Amino acid sequence: MEDRIPNNRVAYGRALVAVGEKYPDVVALEADLGKGTQSVFFRERFPDRYFPIGIAEANMMGIAAGLAASGKIPFASTFCVFASMRAVEQLRNSIAYPRLNVKVVATNAGIEIGPDGATHQAIEDIAIIRAIPNMTLLVPSDPPMTMQVIHMVAALDGPTYVRIGRQDTPYIYDGNLKLELGKAVVTRPGRDVTIMAIGNMVCRALAAADILAGEGISARVLDMFSIKPLDEEAIIQAAEETGCIVTAEDHNILGGLGGAVAEVLCSSRPVPLVRIGVRDVFAQSGSSEDLLRYYGMTPETIAEAARRALRQRDSLRQRR
Amino acid sequence: MTDQIQELQEIARELRCLALRMIQNAGSGHAGGSLSAADIVAALYFSVLNIDPSRPDWPERDRLVLSKGHGCPILYAALARRGYFPIDELWTLRQLGSRLQGHPDMRKTPGVDATTGSLGQGISVAVGMALAAKINRASYRVYAIMGCGEMQEGQVWEAAMAASHYHLDNLTGIVDYNGLQIDGTNAQIMEIAPLGEKWRAFGWHVLEIDGHNMQEILNALSLTRQHVGQPSVIIARTIKGKGVSFMENEVKWHSSVVTKEDLERALAELGCERKGNGR
Repeated sequence: MEDRIPNNRVAYGRALVAVGEKYPDVVALEADLGKGTQSVFFRERFPDRYFPIGIAEANMMGIAAGLAASGKIPFASTFCVFASMRAVEQLRNSIAYPRLNVKVVATNAGIEIGPDGATHQAIEDIAIIRAIPNMTLLVPSDPPMTMQVIHMVAALDGPTYVRIGRQDTPYIYDGNLKLELGKAVVTRPGRDVTIMAIGNMVCRALAAADILAGEGISARVLDMFSIKPLDEEAIIQAAEETGCIVTAEDHNILGGLGGAVAEVLCSSRPVPLVRIGVRDVFAQSGSSEDLLRYYGMTPETIAEAARRALRQRDSLRQRR
Repeated sequence: MTDQIQELQEIARELRCLALRMIQNAGSGHAGGSLSAADIVAALYFSVLNIDPSRPDWPERDRLVLSKGHGCPILYAALARRGYFPIDELWTLRQLGSRLQGHPDMRKTPGVDATTGSLGQGISVAVGMALAAKINRASYRVYAIMGCGEMQEGQVWEAAMAASHYHLDNLTGIVDYNGLQIDGTNAQIMEIAPLGEKWRAFGWHVLEIDGHNMQEILNALSLTRQHVGQPSVIIARTIKGKGVSFMENEVKWHSSVVTKEDLERALAELGCERKGNGR
C-alpha cells in the first residue's frame, strides 16, 4: 500500500504531476498560492512547464485561455474565493464562453478552512460556477477520488472547475473506485432516506448514516461529486425509492448542492428536502471542527435533518 | 509614396466603408473605434500577419487579438476582404444566427483568434498565446490591439507585468490612442497619460507613432518584430471616427446609431462607391 495522502490538496499536487507525465501539453499556472494548492509538486517535477503569474488571478485566467487556445492544457490553481469571485468574469468571458480547455483547480473551499475567517471562506463558488454555461464542476471528497477527478478533467476537452477543501480528510474510497462524469457514487446503499453530500461532508454523511442505522433507519449516501453535469437520474431515483432527501455541503444552502437538488426535485419528483450547509451568513474565524459544529454541519445535525425529512415524508403520506 | 503604402491606404478606406455599411445595416455597433483602428488593421491583415485564410486554425499562423472587441466591424471587414468568409456575410452582423457577433467570437467566426469584448481581457489572452509559442518554440507572433479607455482596466497592467517577466518579445501590443471613451475624453474620465512612460516602466519596448500614417505603422510593426528580449507596444495616436469629418473626435460616435443619411454622407466623404442592394 502506498503512503496515505493526508488531504485532497496533496492528492491534487500528486495527480497533477501524473497527468503532466501523461500529457506533455499540461502546464500549470499559479497565483502565489502553490504551497497552499500544492501545485508546487508540479513545479519540482516540471519547472519549465510551471508558470507563476503572481497575485493576479484575473490575468491568470486570461493567460490560461491564451495557452488553451494555442493547444496547451493549463491547470490554473488558486483559492476558491479568488478563482470563482475575483476572476469570475475572466473565467466566464475568456474561458467558458469560448469553451477553452482550461482546468481551474480551486482549493480551500468552504468554512472548513477555519481560522483565516470569512474573507477566505468560499461559500458561494458552487452557485456561481454552476450558473455559467459550458462549465464542468466537480467536487471530490477524498484523496483517491481527487486523484481520479484530476485524471478525468485532464482527459476532458472543455472548461472545468474542481473544488477542493483544505483540511486533512479520511479515505472513503479505495483504488477500485470507478468514477463516471455525471454519475453520483452510491457510497452507502439505503432505503429510508437519502443523504446527498459533497466534499468534506461525505464522511460526515456516512457518520450520520451510522447514527441512523443505530435507530433502525437505513440511510442511502450519495457522493454527488459531479455537480455539473448533475446526476438527475440518481436524484429522481432516490426521491422515488426513499421519498425524502437531505443535502450536505460546506457551502451556502442557496444555489449549491441543495439548490441544484431542489431544482431537480421540484421539476420532476417533489419530495421533502432538508438542506444542511451554511445558512446564508458569513462565518468567522475558528477551528474547522468548532465552525462546522457552530454552523450545524456535523454528523449529528445531518442525522437530525434526516429524521426531520422522514417525519415530513410520513406526514405527507398520512394526509393522502 | 510607394505603391504598397498607397495600396494599404486604399484598403483601409475600403474597410472603413464596409464597417460603416455593416453598422448602419445592423442598426447598432461601434463606428468611432472601428474607424480609428482601420489603418492599423489594414497594415496587419494586408501586409504584416503571416496568415492563411484557407486555414484559419493553422497552428503556425500569427495571432491577432482585438482586445478592444467593440471595434470588431473593422476586423470583420478585413477578414471578409482577406477571404475568410464572403463579403455578403458582413450584412448579417449582430443578427440572430449570424457568425458575426456583436463582439468577436473565436468559435463562430473564421479568422477570429480570441473571444473578446470585455475590456482588459484580450491582452492577457495574447500573453498566454505568446507564452505558448515560447514553450513550443514556435515562431508565430501575437498582436493585440487595445483601446485607450481600456488602459484603465487593472488587468492590462497585470498582463503587462507578466509579458515582460516572461520576456515575450513575440508579442506586440498596439494601443489605439484616440483619446475618447463612452462618457468623454480620457482626461475627463480617468487620465491615462503619460502612457509611454507607463509601458516603459512595466518593462516594454515602446514606440509612439501616428496611427493613421501607413509608413509609420509599417515601420513600427517591423521594429517590434526585430526587438529581442522584451514585448513591444506601439502607442498609435489616432482620431476616433477618422475619415468621416462629422464623426471625427466626437464622443457620441463611440456607438451612436448610423442612420441612412449619416451613411450617405460618410460614404461620399470616403469616396466609396455604393454597391449591391442599397447597402
